Amino acid sequence: MRLVSPKWTQRIAVGVLGAATLATLLILLFIIVFVLEKGLRTICWNFLFTDPQDMGRAGGIFPTLIGTLLLPLLALAVALPLGVGTAVYLTEYTREGRLTRIIRFGTDCLAGIPSIIFGLFGFIFFVTILKMGWCLLAGGLTLAIMILPTIIRTTEEAIRAVPYSYREVSFSLGATRWATVVKVVLPNALPGIVTGVMLSIGRCIGETAAVIFTAGQALHLPHSVFDSVRTMSVHFYILAREGISAKNAYGTAAVLIISILLLNVTTYWLMHRFIGRRT
Amino acid sequence: MKARAEKLAQRILLVIALSAISSLILIALFIFKEGTPIMVKMGLRRFLFSSEWEPQAGLFGIYPMIVASLWVTLGAMLIGAPLGIAGAIFLNEFVPKTVLRIVKPAIELLAGIPSVVYGFIGVMVLAPLIRNHLGGPGLSILAAAVILGVMILPTVISISTDAIGAVPNSYREGALALGATRWQAVHMVILKAARSGIIASIILAMGRAIGETMAVIMVAGNTVKLPHSVLNSARTLTATIAFEMASATGRHREALFAIGVVLFVIIMLLNSFATVILRGRTTRA
Repeated sequence: MRLVSPKWTQRIAVGVLGAATLATLLILLFIIVFVLEKGLRTICWNFLFTDPQDMGRAGGIFPTLIGTLLLPLLALAVALPLGVGTAVYLTEYTREGRLTRIIRFGTDCLAGIPSIIFGLFGFIFFVTILKMGWCLLAGGLTLAIMILPTIIRTTEEAIRAVPYSYREVSFSLGATRWATVVKVVLPNALPGIVTGVMLSIGRCIGETAAVIFTAGQALHLPHSVFDSVRTMSVHFYILAREGISAKNAYGTAAVLIISILLLNVTTYWLMHRFIGRRT
Repeated sequence: MKARAEKLAQRILLVIALSAISSLILIALFIFKEGTPIMVKMGLRRFLFSSEWEPQAGLFGIYPMIVASLWVTLGAMLIGAPLGIAGAIFLNEFVPKTVLRIVKPAIELLAGIPSVVYGFIGVMVLAPLIRNHLGGPGLSILAAAVILGVMILPTVISISTDAIGAVPNSYREGALALGATRWQAVHMVILKAARSGIIASIILAMGRAIGETMAVIMVAGNTVKLPHSVLNSARTLTATIAFEMASATGRHREALFAIGVVLFVIIMLLNSFATVILRGRTTRA
């Protein structure tokens, strides 16, 4: 009656599903190997630590490296207190109700907004209406809004993982809610919060559309938060798109990929230490 | 004293907790304020459904871009959704948990790769392949769909993995005890139980695909014309904003913000839809 026995359907299914998984991993491997293979040769001390010359045709990427470093730091300086505060409020200071549902819905929606919309908003609000011009500050604030949902979610998860008995002990010793949050809950949730921070830094480093319209693309070192900067992603985009220098584009891409790899490995390691300690 | 400090902390935290939702409202407010006037002046129907996009002549019809965005997104879903769901099933049901623990971070790495790098790979590797083997300019809807299909994989896999992982073990054991093979248990029991989470993952991935800008702008070819085949070059909604924003002023800029409004509405609809589906799941469980 049956064309294929259940046993064979099972084998075929496992084959197909396994092939699909393998394909995904091979694509990942291909992207990394491709970029590193073409770009690793370009990376040297001079490439990393000298100024670009002739629009990036020659010379290094030093200012974009600094831009890529400063922009996430600025974004985090704003988003971290807001995100952690939100998570603390949601978990420690209120019951589930209409307000928490609205806050969660807002966070989820913010997380789904594409970066080009953040770019448009940052351009019209920070750059134009608040008259900041294209600068580090406008870019940092725009990115802060973009990473806020990530910080909120990871912090909330980390706080929820702190056993309730820890809080009860603290309360029974006469500590206030606030003291309990600061001295007991947050220190125990720290590894989870750090994970969120790392993820956010990764998003900032890889971001282009939201940055190019808010932080601009000036190719020199910024002197204040009101100077325009160019990040590595933006630099790479301009080099590749305008065909300025394939060699330097590959080099920049390789630096980008290595940074992302390092970030991810560190995050993974941190998470494992965290889980290892818990169980 | 202590109690008052405590009250103050609570108030400050409440204000902070409203930051995400107020940012969202602020974003919506300014995008709509800049974008809606031109839609009203032109008439929504003409803006959405006329095919002439000539900013210099004051003609702003975004129909070709809507079509391009739809084609690219649907293509990406056709590639990314089956591959992603297959991966999620395989990693959850057919390999030991240790493999999942190693492979999941690798897939999250895929999400961390900057979209410009995906775009560049599309230009250097995929576009020449398409040009040489299938014809056309290479930089095309097909190229953009393939690149986006890969880019949405992490979204599909991670949310589907969570959904499948959340199916109670007793369901599996019940099916296996009745003599089902693992695959029968998967497609008769587990996929049905995890259906809402998987659908949500597809909807969220769709939002990502429609909103993606930098990879698409590099790979899709940027011709503002109604596409006739997947090998045609085309320009999506997002690419138009990114491409013309730098030089746009006056009504042209308003029109770009109006495209932003269209995108914003689409994304919010998709997100709300996914939220409702996911919430339905948690209340039922």
